[in-house]
Amino acid sequence: MSLRRLAPDEMQPQSFAFNAQNEARVAREIAKYPAGRQASAVIAMLWIGQEQEGWVTKPMIEAIAARLSMPFIRVLEVASFYTMFNLIPVGEHLVQVCTTTPCWLRGSDDVVAACKKHIAEKPGEISPDGKFSWMEVECLGACVNAPMLQIGKDFYEDLDGPKTEALLEAVRSGETPKPGPQNGRRSSEPMGGPVALKEVQ
Amino acid sequence: MLADKDRIFTNLYGFGDPGLEAAKKRGAWDNTKKLLELGPSEIVEQIKKSGLRGRGGAGFPTGLKWSFMPKEVKERPHYLVVNADESEPGTCKDRDIMRHDPHILIEGCMVASFAMRAHACYIYVRGEFIREREALQRAVDEAYAARLIGKNNVHGWDFDLYVHHGAGAYICGEETALLESLEGKKGQPRMKPPFPANVGLYGCPTTVNNVESIAVGPTILRRGAEWFAGLGRPNNTGTKVFCISGHVNKPCNVEEAMGIPLKELIEKHAGGVRGGWDNLLAVIPGGSSVPLLPKSICDEVLMDFDSLKAVQSGLGTAAVIVMDKSTDVVKAIQRLSYFYKHESCGQCTPCREGTGWMWRVMTRMQKGQSTPAEIDLLYEVTKQVEGHTICALGDAAAWPIQGLIRHFRPELERRMAERNKMAAE
Repeated sequence: MSLRRLAPDEMQPQSFAFNAQNEARVAREIAKYPAGRQASAVIAMLWIGQEQEGWVTKPMIEAIAARLSMPFIRVLEVASFYTMFNLIPVGEHLVQVCTTTPCWLRGSDDVVAACKKHIAEKPGEISPDGKFSWMEVECLGACVNAPMLQIGKDFYEDLDGPKTEALLEAVRSGETPKPGPQNGRRSSEPMGGPVALKEVQ
Repeated sequence: MLADKDRIFTNLYGFGDPGLEAAKKRGAWDNTKKLLELGPSEIVEQIKKSGLRGRGGAGFPTGLKWSFMPKEVKERPHYLVVNADESEPGTCKDRDIMRHDPHILIEGCMVASFAMRAHACYIYVRGEFIREREALQRAVDEAYAARLIGKNNVHGWDFDLYVHHGAGAYICGEETALLESLEGKKGQPRMKPPFPANVGLYGCPTTVNNVESIAVGPTILRRGAEWFAGLGRPNNTGTKVFCISGHVNKPCNVEEAMGIPLKELIEKHAGGVRGGWDNLLAVIPGGSSVPLLPKSICDEVLMDFDSLKAVQSGLGTAAVIVMDKSTDVVKAIQRLSYFYKHESCGQCTPCREGTGWMWRVMTRMQKGQSTPAEIDLLYEVTKQVEGHTICALGDAAAWPIQGLIRHFRPELERRMAERNKMAAE
């Protein structure tokens, strides 16, 4: 377990409201569940709220609790249990480096070192230009493309130290590098072409 | 090697288009109505005959699981829930199915739901797989638009399919934690019984299956249970998507026949162990939860449920993590201990306290800051965690350490002796 608490009150904004576009997304999420079971949409709503604000705020939790007819504590529980919810502000680009054993075996230490060099020494610290923060995360589920990291919605795979540095600098300069493997392969096939599924390509 | 014609996931690598038209050309949605005409009981019977065992880790017979659902729908609706919360370290197969072959999964959901008399199915995708759930949602939208699913669809069985997502909690891959999470709560496992087939999602009869188990269903029915049962070995039938990661020359996913020798799997598909087979130290054969195997066992072992159980490990999710001789094997397992400490939901004391305790001891042992007697103490504690928790996360935290002690005790003792020697000097 990890201990996770809401940001202190002085960091919390005054209010929260979904923008019009996100209201429509919220409505679609709630409609997925049977009548009376709208609490099922709580994770999706917190996620949409986080996409909008960058992190999960106390007023956001209150607004979602009211919308779903849930007690505040139930939504707070969810927000603090699931580690993808950022309870404090993060950089404009959140870099999540997988360091679990399969990635570690293939050199995630070098990826972490590149983040320390190009973002900030400590995880969670926002870079001086405000553009980045980074953190270590547990297995992201792209183990045959290790080591890898996630920036926003995208996975960047088959990295090493120099590739990570180049990637971060590209993002810093406003580019959106092509997600996926960074060593030239398509996805999870063996490098140099598949052994299986040759005939059906 | 498994022939391409016997492979189910023919777009595993995404060389083809994942869209509906291309998926149909590859054989998906081919006269699905005819499959449904078999009727629910016959579908369950065929899946039983095929010998399919759950692909999510535990290897429970899928047909038998389906047969636990009530035979008629009373006041409570039935649900199918697909577990796409793929988070077991080493495992990345469901990801490829969702992003590259989503229609195979969607058709599987339709058929399995029909067999269990469910009109609604939720696919629970792990939160980090954002692009994957977008890909899956696109395919679901296509299937709705083509009236393959939905109300009044061409198959004559009203069926709604929803993509749901989590937000970063390994424990939600445990079926009852997944149901809690799907209901909008913390993902803390429920006591069983009652089993989900009686009291599952929203208190209704529910079956939770892994993505791969569901996706192979239609192909089994089309090609016949005998075809599937003819692949692999008795009680370990069919094909399986293996994920080969770590110190191999070409890490990859590949669908192979169950029971393929581990050495053949690594050498044929993953380009061999880095530095050659003799440079192999150990392999974790089925995802982080199963005990590792030293090279001497890897030389001969077959990759299936029973063969790996016989060597005190397991097939798990078939995620093969390879470690060559350069590996600090204690650190590799210590990192897994940290993973389990991080992912324990905190509900049961042996797991909540035990995972942290085991991680701290493993951290000391990695540096040799320990005594040989503590190895026995650590082993004893893993035995006190194992089997004493509501779900299997406690077991999963204990097994890798037990495997390490079983096969690498001399390495642990060597580090302690080395450190003592240095301290004495």
